[in-house]
Amino acid sequence: MNSRVRIKDLWNEQRIFLSRTVAAMTVVGLLSLALIGKLVYLQIVRHDYYLEASQGNRVRLEPVPASRGLILDRNGKVLVDNEPAYQLELIREQTPDLDDTLHRLVGLGMIAPEDVNQVRRTILAHRGFDSVPIRLRLTDEEIGRFAAHRFEFQGVDLHTRQTRHYPYGQLGVHALGYVAAISEEDLEKIDRAKYAGTTLIGKLGVEAAYENQLHGRNGYREVLVNAQGRSVERQGAYTPDLKSEAPTAGTNLQLAIDLATQQAAETGLGTHRGAVVAMDPHNGDVIALVSHPGFNPSLFERGLTRDEFATLNDDIDKPLFNRALRGTYPSGSTIKPVIALAGLTYKVVNPDKEEFCAGVYHMPGSALLFREGKTGRHGNVDLVHAIARSCDVYFYGLAHELGVDRIAAFMAPFGYGALTGIDISGEKPGLLPSPEWKKHYFKNPADQVWFPGETINFGIGQGYLQVTPLQLAHVASVLGTRGKSYRPRLVTGFQDSMGRTTPFAPNANPDITNVADSDWAIILSGMEGAASYGTAAAIGKGATYTIAGKTGTAQVFTVSRSAKLTQNEPERLKDHAWFIAFAPAEDPKIAVAVLVENGGFGASAAAPIARAVMDAYLLNKEPDPPAAGGKP
Amino acid sequence: MIREEVQSSAARRTLSASARLLGALKLDGPLLVGLGLVVTYALIVQFSASGQDLPTILRTLFRVGLGIIVMLALARTTPNFLRNIAPWLYLAGILLLLVVVVMGHVGKGAQRWLDLGLIRFQPSEIMKLAVPMLAAAFLHDRPLPPDWRALLILAGLVALPAGLVAMQPDLGTALLIFASGALLILMAGLPVRVILLLFALGVGAALVGWRFLHDYQRERLLTFLNPESDPQGASYHINQSQIAIGSGGLFGKGWMNGSQAQLDFLPERSTDFIFAVIGEEFGLLGAVVLLLMYLFIVSRSVYLASQTSDTFSRLLASCLALTFFVYVFINAGMVCGLVPVVGVPLPLVSYGGTSVVTLLAGFGILMGLHSHRKLVGS
Repeated sequence: MNSRVRIKDLWNEQRIFLSRTVAAMTVVGLLSLALIGKLVYLQIVRHDYYLEASQGNRVRLEPVPASRGLILDRNGKVLVDNEPAYQLELIREQTPDLDDTLHRLVGLGMIAPEDVNQVRRTILAHRGFDSVPIRLRLTDEEIGRFAAHRFEFQGVDLHTRQTRHYPYGQLGVHALGYVAAISEEDLEKIDRAKYAGTTLIGKLGVEAAYENQLHGRNGYREVLVNAQGRSVERQGAYTPDLKSEAPTAGTNLQLAIDLATQQAAETGLGTHRGAVVAMDPHNGDVIALVSHPGFNPSLFERGLTRDEFATLNDDIDKPLFNRALRGTYPSGSTIKPVIALAGLTYKVVNPDKEEFCAGVYHMPGSALLFREGKTGRHGNVDLVHAIARSCDVYFYGLAHELGVDRIAAFMAPFGYGALTGIDISGEKPGLLPSPEWKKHYFKNPADQVWFPGETINFGIGQGYLQVTPLQLAHVASVLGTRGKSYRPRLVTGFQDSMGRTTPFAPNANPDITNVADSDWAIILSGMEGAASYGTAAAIGKGATYTIAGKTGTAQVFTVSRSAKLTQNEPERLKDHAWFIAFAPAEDPKIAVAVLVENGGFGASAAAPIARAVMDAYLLNKEPDPPAAGGKP
Repeated sequence: MIREEVQSSAARRTLSASARLLGALKLDGPLLVGLGLVVTYALIVQFSASGQDLPTILRTLFRVGLGIIVMLALARTTPNFLRNIAPWLYLAGILLLLVVVVMGHVGKGAQRWLDLGLIRFQPSEIMKLAVPMLAAAFLHDRPLPPDWRALLILAGLVALPAGLVAMQPDLGTALLIFASGALLILMAGLPVRVILLLFALGVGAALVGWRFLHDYQRERLLTFLNPESDPQGASYHINQSQIAIGSGGLFGKGWMNGSQAQLDFLPERSTDFIFAVIGEEFGLLGAVVLLLMYLFIVSRSVYLASQTSDTFSRLLASCLALTFFVYVFINAGMVCGLVPVVGVPLPLVSYGGTSVVTLLAGFGILMGLHSHRKLVGS
């Protein structure tokens, strides 16, 4: 190759060029086939996979919460419903400066300064482009205030959401319960998928016990989103067809509660601590259930601050404590009709035989003295009068004759010491004492022995015996129906969206069959006596129906036997006042148990409340205007 | 019979009239039709990809108009003229590239264009034409296949602008400039054994060159090798683009109805990734139709190149035709995951830049070379 000057060989160049052109076009063809092959792979072979991926990109499922079922009283009056409320929501991605925005919201009074950190954490915990509630249940004034400054808060806006509304405020809060934000413990119990979109869950009472029915079924809605996660209306020039499923509203609950009666009970208790339970003895329907003091159920929904909860929780009056179901007290003399029935049934007492009451009882074979309570000496009393006038001495003797085993065995079917089985949770069983119980309960062998004196005290409902107001309402029902027993219930039926109600049959317990009709009649006449000429004679005055009742006084602490009972003892050391009743006596439609903590004597503190409740139910007598505000 | 004859003669008259016009303009009818179809297709797709934005279409039309003017002008020039201006064009391009690189350093960032007021002008676009022109002119007087000396000079001619463009940094355009030079040398008849040797050297150089790549460029290469590695980061582009194409299926989701494109999931949808919009909205059918139009343009161009009679024309025309295909293949291949992500627009279809003008200028040159094939003195 030393020929420095090569001649251009045009013919050869042409030949080479043509062969190169053919080669190049072959490569072009092969590469084009490779491209088309890749396209076929993507668009035909893996089309389904990529179609799903693109669908997953563009569509976000947004839950549509079902509206929670209503709670109605026995006449269909709405006790709990839903109400749209304004809340403040923030979208992080649309807020230029989160900290500055929060700071200015504090300045506007929309957020409490101490809540800022919690709010920021909540915002940061949400997904992108979520509208995060930062303040619930705005007042009209707050809505106006924010609306005037809305333009200054980019990314923050007012939204309406369904919230739970309690038109009567605190009324029946311990029966109805309340709703609150779903907690971590709740999350473990519920099916999270079903609760997507739900923010509130029933926490107590009917709201909690019937959560499944009230919740309904949430729907969903497909939302078109762009790459930034923002929801958009259109995809290019088109509005795509998006799927959605409407939510199914929760079931409405028909309660046995009678609004007027409930109001009468609430009004009757007034500022006292205590409880009222009223039931229909023929089916166990709870007509009224009150525990005072109550609390405002709406507080929990908007979320209590730590301080607010502490205030409620540490309140000396224990407003969060459901006394009707969980408060256990000695039954006091309300036990006497049952002890009397036991005496009659075991034939240890002659109802017509009069005993002499000198105000003090000497226990046979012992030096122990048992004093009469506040009612003084009764002179000669037969069984009917002993009930009506609540003669302790008579029942000391009767209890001694019966013995503790027979008393405990006889009382058990009445529901003492056992859960009544009411359809809301939290109930306490109380305590029906017996030698057997004592043997197991105490660790110290010296305490495990049942002393005869304890039987004497048992006869007048003091000592170890513990009952709840609900249990005594149940006992009153059993006494009123001569042995019929039903499980108490608040909810009597489900109402569907068309307004059709499916009622439930009452839950009957085994009847008490070992008591003779004539014996029931004796007890009835004793209890009628109590409400007409006996200890609670005052409440029978002017009644257009017959009342059978029994007062009771539960000792808060055992007064030294020699100490004089005075009216000067501190308020909270006074005895609890009981009254149980049913009316009309011959065929009762309502049975009531009233407990007034530290009310002193049952006849004066508790009985008038029971009368007001029975009047409201039997005569449709309107009570005084309800204490709690709200629409009628 | 008579009527048919009249009709056919009328048709022939019209045909010959347009043929005369094309001849006067020094243009090629079939190639012009092919280009017109692709540009029309481009406008349709751009309208969808831009989110139904009319100004985008108007700007594209303006650029196409500019490109047509340049094309008409260049089609009228003779091969001799082109051959003579090639060195000057090349020099001017190098100078402008240097200006851009210096400005880029001053401005502390990527700098690719010069603002000419009316349009932003990328000097690298000049080099897409100047490099093959100069290379073809250089080989025109030499015996082919080129000897080693010629090859070395050619390599230098290509490496200098390619290097400057890569420094901008614009790897895609640098690659295209390099490709145009390489294709020209191949068409000049580089022996197969030399091709294999250079290929081996190229692989070695790539391994060394890896060290000089910018981080984002390395990332793109790595992403290409393993697209699933980081779905939200570097491989986001390629994943979303494959979802767009794959979800289009055989017939596509319909014009202006591609969710990936219209809801912003597809990045750079009206520029580098516009092929994915086509795949999503018009499906396999739409994508293959476009590829066939491209193949027609390439084939027609190569045919025109083969009809020319001198070395300069043959080499330049075939190089322009094949480089055009390389554009198509690199962009389409990148969008559907066949080649790594490099910033190369889909020729004539991607929105923006001055590449439409350059491409039409190239086709003007090509048609001019063909039209003036008998006027070359060698």
